[in-house]
Amino acid sequence: MSSTTVSASSGFRLPRWAIPAGATIGFVAAYVIFRGTATLPHDDEAPQFLAVTDLREWIDDHRNDNPFFLYFLNYIRLGVGALHTLFQTVLYALGWPGITGVMGALAWLAGGWRTGLLALAGVSAFGVLGLWQSSVDTLALVGVAVLLSLVIGIPVGVWAGLSARVRRTVTPVLDVMQIMPTFAYLAPLALFFHIGAPAGAIATMIYAIPPAIRITALAVAQVSPTAVEASTSLGATRWQTLFKVHLPLARSTMALAVNQTIMMALSMVVIANLISAPGLGGDIIRGLSRAQVGIMLPAGVAIVVMAVVLDRMTLATARKDPRARTRRTDLAVAGALAAAGLALIPVLPAVWPENVTIDVVAPVNDAVRWAEENWYAVTTGIKDVTTYALLNPLESLLTSAPWWLVALAALILAWRVSGVRAALTALACLLAIALLGVWEHTMQTLTTVTVAVLVTLVIGLLLGVAAARAPRFSAIQRPLLDAAQTMPAFVYLLPALALFGTTRFTAIFASVIYAVPPVVRLVEDGIKGVPPTVVEAAVAAGSTPGQLLWKVQLPMARRAILLAANQGIVMTLAMVVIGGLVGAGALGYDVVSGFSQRTDFGMGFVAGVATVLLGVMLDRITQGADRRTSPRKRKMS
Amino acid sequence: MGDSPDSAAITVEGLWKIFGSGAQKVLAGDDRNLDPVALREKTGCTAAVRDVSFEVRPGEVFVVMGLSGSGKSTLVRCLTRLIEPSAGEVRIDGEDVRAASPARLREIRRHQVSMVFQHFGLLPHRKVIDNVAYGLEIQGVPRQERHARAAEILSLVGLDGYAGSFPDQLSGGMQQRVGLARALAVDPQVMLFDEPFSALDPLIRRDMQAEVIRLHREVGKTMVFITHDLSEALKLGERIAIMRAGAIVQLGTAEELVGAPADDYVADFVRDVPRSHVLTLRWICRAPEPGDPLDGPELPAATPVKDAVAVASASSLPIKVVADGELAGVVDRDDLLAFLAGQDPHSVRANA
Ligand SMILES: Nc1ncnc2c1ncn2[C@@H]1O[C@H](COP(=O)(O)OP(=O)(O)OP(=O)(O)O)[C@@H](O)[C@H]1O
Ligand SMILES: [Mg+2]
Repeated sequence: MSSTTVSASSGFRLPRWAIPAGATIGFVAAYVIFRGTATLPHDDEAPQFLAVTDLREWIDDHRNDNPFFLYFLNYIRLGVGALHTLFQTVLYALGWPGITGVMGALAWLAGGWRTGLLALAGVSAFGVLGLWQSSVDTLALVGVAVLLSLVIGIPVGVWAGLSARVRRTVTPVLDVMQIMPTFAYLAPLALFFHIGAPAGAIATMIYAIPPAIRITALAVAQVSPTAVEASTSLGATRWQTLFKVHLPLARSTMALAVNQTIMMALSMVVIANLISAPGLGGDIIRGLSRAQVGIMLPAGVAIVVMAVVLDRMTLATARKDPRARTRRTDLAVAGALAAAGLALIPVLPAVWPENVTIDVVAPVNDAVRWAEENWYAVTTGIKDVTTYALLNPLESLLTSAPWWLVALAALILAWRVSGVRAALTALACLLAIALLGVWEHTMQTLTTVTVAVLVTLVIGLLLGVAAARAPRFSAIQRPLLDAAQTMPAFVYLLPALALFGTTRFTAIFASVIYAVPPVVRLVEDGIKGVPPTVVEAAVAAGSTPGQLLWKVQLPMARRAILLAANQGIVMTLAMVVIGGLVGAGALGYDVVSGFSQRTDFGMGFVAGVATVLLGVMLDRITQGADRRTSPRKRKMS
Repeated sequence: MGDSPDSAAITVEGLWKIFGSGAQKVLAGDDRNLDPVALREKTGCTAAVRDVSFEVRPGEVFVVMGLSGSGKSTLVRCLTRLIEPSAGEVRIDGEDVRAASPARLREIRRHQVSMVFQHFGLLPHRKVIDNVAYGLEIQGVPRQERHARAAEILSLVGLDGYAGSFPDQLSGGMQQRVGLARALAVDPQVMLFDEPFSALDPLIRRDMQAEVIRLHREVGKTMVFITHDLSEALKLGERIAIMRAGAIVQLGTAEELVGAPADDYVADFVRDVPRSHVLTLRWICRAPEPGDPLDGPELPAATPVKDAVAVASASSLPIKVVADGELAGVVDRDDLLAFLAGQDPHSVRANA
């Protein structure tokens, strides 16, 4: 702008930083003048909250006489409930010998002896940890949710893969679904489906369905157009082409869709416990709310084990050469395993025997206490520096500034980074948040997210650049990143809780370790994606390694880095909200208390909506990068 | 051209294909006469095929050639409505393809017309035999029967013993043989080839061309063959249509294109053709002048010029060029030398 208004020949030109600097000064001045006015302090009894609470009461009263509930939602609930009961009954009937045998057999068929043994050990671990019952409940819930996700997601995905128009319609919906923090699903579902296993299964399904649709659509759309055309040219009907060309060719990618759906379901199924779904989530939530790592750890380990076993099984299926016949020996072993398991059902007790479990609660709690005492200086130091240097000033800035000033700042920032449409969306989100009456808590959550994202990006960039420049480092780091991305989100709260107790910082720590792996990966891939000829040219021109990095690689990897920021923000927000369970306060805490206290339901509901709005706003602001799918999906490509 | 419509295997009349929304509006107005670049700038539509008409005779190999982007693939796909034409008429074996119902169209594709693709389009998850049998499978032919038929076709294209392989275990040339076999297996009357050999290296390509010539001799299908390779066109085509920017600029035998190019575009195309291989004596003979001895050797008018050289060197007398038992003209050594030296004297005056 400066160069067009002031002619170059006059000899005077505004430097590039003048406008941002001027804007900053303007904002600082406005803040100093208007500080403390037009703030929107939080009120637990805000009329918006009460209205929602009343709505819930009304719905609960009329659940059985309103036709919409009686003939529609209740049937869905009953149907899903029946399915869940069926799964549960079958799993209970199999008992531990049956489940172990059958899982072992399936895993063996999918991936040979390694996967088979892994599954046997994994399933036994549930028993050894003393969590047989909850693990089976979780397995049943995951089974129902995944089944429903696939039954709905695969046809929709196929349709989206075949038709660009459907794809264009579905994609924005999936985008929003994927930036919705897990918590946000719960309140509306409780409202419509009541609480319990069916509502939990539906919440899990909704959370897990986007990758099922997206990856299936991708798989189908990627099928070689010539093969499709050849089929059509021979007079195949659409269905024939679908079943004989599209689906077989998309098969192995679609197995990844199943894999991702299972992984998403596993991370949601725990949170679904907040609306009284059964399973391992109970122990985890209980441990979180009492800050007892000892209670959480076994359940956390069981979930991770379940994730690893199911991940390996589905990935092995996906990677399998479809033409290779299953070997005789593998068939025999699998058959023997299944038969042995089934034969032992009447002989052995259905529930894992008590005397072969190990009790880890007390020792783990002791260890955590020991760590707390001995590392006190370090952990408190880190915590206090972050709190006093970053969190508190930023929070008091955001909560004491007039709301319109914050909205204006967001508008201008979004406009500069991602254009007009993104800016208007961001503004609309902020206005809605203000109207909902959760402004102050949103600003507090925003503070936590901002700090966590900054830390995540700094660490992610450092590790990503290091990995891009040192292949050996990358080789060591990759498997760790892979493993990190298999773990359900809240598992990261465990070490955070162990080290930092229940504070705001706990959520920050957890979100940093949760979000760093995908950021590192994106940065590394972005830098490595710079064409070698460009790098060669820069080196040939005499660049030092530092110049190469700053002047060539980082600028060219800009898109990847922006995308990493976007992913980092979405993941951080999800974690910070879960952090409400362990002292992060603000929106996350509102959501949780909405479930534990009937009178707070409205506040929890509204807070859930606010997290979605916050998520959409942050996502749009960083949308300069091209739209991508879930953080986990990149692992596959 | 010439033949009555009923005897043609394929008749195309006034065919248009315009990509983009508003195609019908373009067709209805004067914009249709704009050249493609101007049209795209003005309306955003791409005219891929513009007012194309031709006929393919039964059993003929009809070649369509042109530079990349000239609309060849679009044209050939319009024939069985793999791409829906915007306007015009297509008749196959007398039947109006554009009026066919979806079910009827499938029947045409299943039994009458099949296609071979540049990038093969094989199904990687199926064995070679199941790829070849694919067309029969979707017609509902029982497994044993279709496998027997596929095995027969495989040996016809020289792939005995590869029935159980998967496509990616074969070389490019062999994969295209599978593509060829798949198209042949349904025993169509018409085969469409869309640059089937341009992804192959030159030696394999020559093999495959020979294969097509052999198949054409043995099974006698009507073939429409798309290529951008002139030597391929000359080798295979009885008649060749040259396309530019969606329209056919010239249609004729190899000899007509080389001897009498319709414009500079065609002339450019055929510039590097060894003329003595393509042109026949008909193109260079002249009326006998008084004093020309008429007792020299006699050759049919369809003899390529290069084959006349040996005769001319054996006899100093002018060669008598005979067509349908009558004297069409004479050619002497000087004429031949002048032609070979590229002077191209009085030649084109003849029966153009
Ligand atoms: N689906 C489509 N949508 C829009 N334009 C298309 C489409 N298919 C082809 N075109 C355009 O139509 C024109 C003709 O394309 P076509 O593929 O028929 O050319 P071609 O002669 O086969 O070229 P090549 O030798 O490269 O295969 C091109 O300008 C192309 O960009
Ligand atoms: Mg083409």
